[in-house]
Amino acid sequence: MRAYTPKDNVQKKPYYTDRYWVAPQVAKHDVSSDAVFTDDLEAIKAQFDVLEAYIQVDQMVVIINAADNFGVIEMLKNERAYNQLSEMSAIDWLADEGKFEIFYQMLSMSKRKRLRIKCKIDEKESIQSVEKLFRSADWSEREMYDMFGVIVNNHPFMKRILMPDDWEGFPLRKTYPLQGDEFAAWYEVDKIFGKEAREIIGPENRDPARIDRYDTERFARLGHEVPRGTDISNGEPDTPLVYQESEGVFMIEKFDAEKSVVISDRDR
Amino acid sequence: MAQHQVNYLKDGGLPVALTTIDKVVNWGRSNSLWALTYGLACCGIEMMASGASRYDFDRFGTIFRASPRQAELMVVAGTLTKKHAEFIRRLYDQMAEPKWVISMGSCANTGGMFNTYATVQGVDRVIPVDLYLPGCAPRPETLQYGVLMLQQKIRRESASRAQKPKRLM
Repeated sequence: MRAYTPKDNVQKKPYYTDRYWVAPQVAKHDVSSDAVFTDDLEAIKAQFDVLEAYIQVDQMVVIINAADNFGVIEMLKNERAYNQLSEMSAIDWLADEGKFEIFYQMLSMSKRKRLRIKCKIDEKESIQSVEKLFRSADWSEREMYDMFGVIVNNHPFMKRILMPDDWEGFPLRKTYPLQGDEFAAWYEVDKIFGKEAREIIGPENRDPARIDRYDTERFARLGHEVPRGTDISNGEPDTPLVYQESEGVFMIEKFDAEKSVVISDRDR
Repeated sequence: MAQHQVNYLKDGGLPVALTTIDKVVNWGRSNSLWALTYGLACCGIEMMASGASRYDFDRFGTIFRASPRQAELMVVAGTLTKKHAEFIRRLYDQMAEPKWVISMGSCANTGGMFNTYATVQGVDRVIPVDLYLPGCAPRPETLQYGVLMLQQKIRRESASRAQKPKRLM
């Protein structure tokens, strides 16, 4: 299938911008306010560059260079007892600064501390996989690729995880429309019937409350059936319901409410 | 040796029922609608409840089958994603004629509340539908009523093999 290339540069114009919205920020505290985190930060600073570090909601956030991500996480796992990668993904900041933010949320069971490693990469840049350190990164990195298009190097199975393999576009980017682009709108029609069926089947009906009362190509009113394609804009004949038991069919009797027995006493 | 003594004029009449071929065939078809198990989302739970002992689909002759070759009714119960659309079409094509489709619930009818890039906006974009059941999710009574309405629809159809296959386009 031909790749869908939008004619307008959608990345330049996010579909939603609020000029007066200022995102509320949770207060950031200095790392020196927590002894455990201070030690951890010193250990990171001894080997790698740290761009920024602070404590937010009792969790330390360390912002590093994207090239150091494997080294920092390996060190935190092996030397600083952060033995769980509970979550990782990307955040789309392409409209603001042209970059993706990658975050790794880590947990130390023994220290009872949570720590977040963040780094930023450009749109076409790739990042090193941490799947060798944490198996949980396997599917997370695939999902990150699926949803944002961030390619992860040295991943054992870099493939889409949720969307179909032949999908075009990355749905969690801010510029991706919620109801899908042209490719998404025609995906199932193109795949099953071919592109030439687009005109016959027609565009998606995005208004679920709409019912075409006079469409006899696809709909048949029960009790008012007419041959397919008949024009019923001037009304249709009434087809009375015929019950098979009303004509005395073998073995089937019509239920007679008069003869039925209602059991009101359940303990009978 | 006991003698076979039945007075047909007295004991309930002759053991003969007169009818038409159409009616006999449709009687058989409509009272043994074997449905494909096709629970895609939460509507599937209601469909299972309809089949289980409290609502008991078996008494209408509707038995769930796990193979499209043995089924003639497809109850699309739940949200159809775009990824799954080709498989529902393949399973529909594998079912033997004559076959019927019930679209169960808002998601299968119109995409429902999932007005997004990943959801097919109504299964009738992919397969022809005979009956739409409203509800989110429809109660088992609704599904049973729907199957009974479908039975009536089948009884009104011609049983001849020359009937046109249903097509989307």
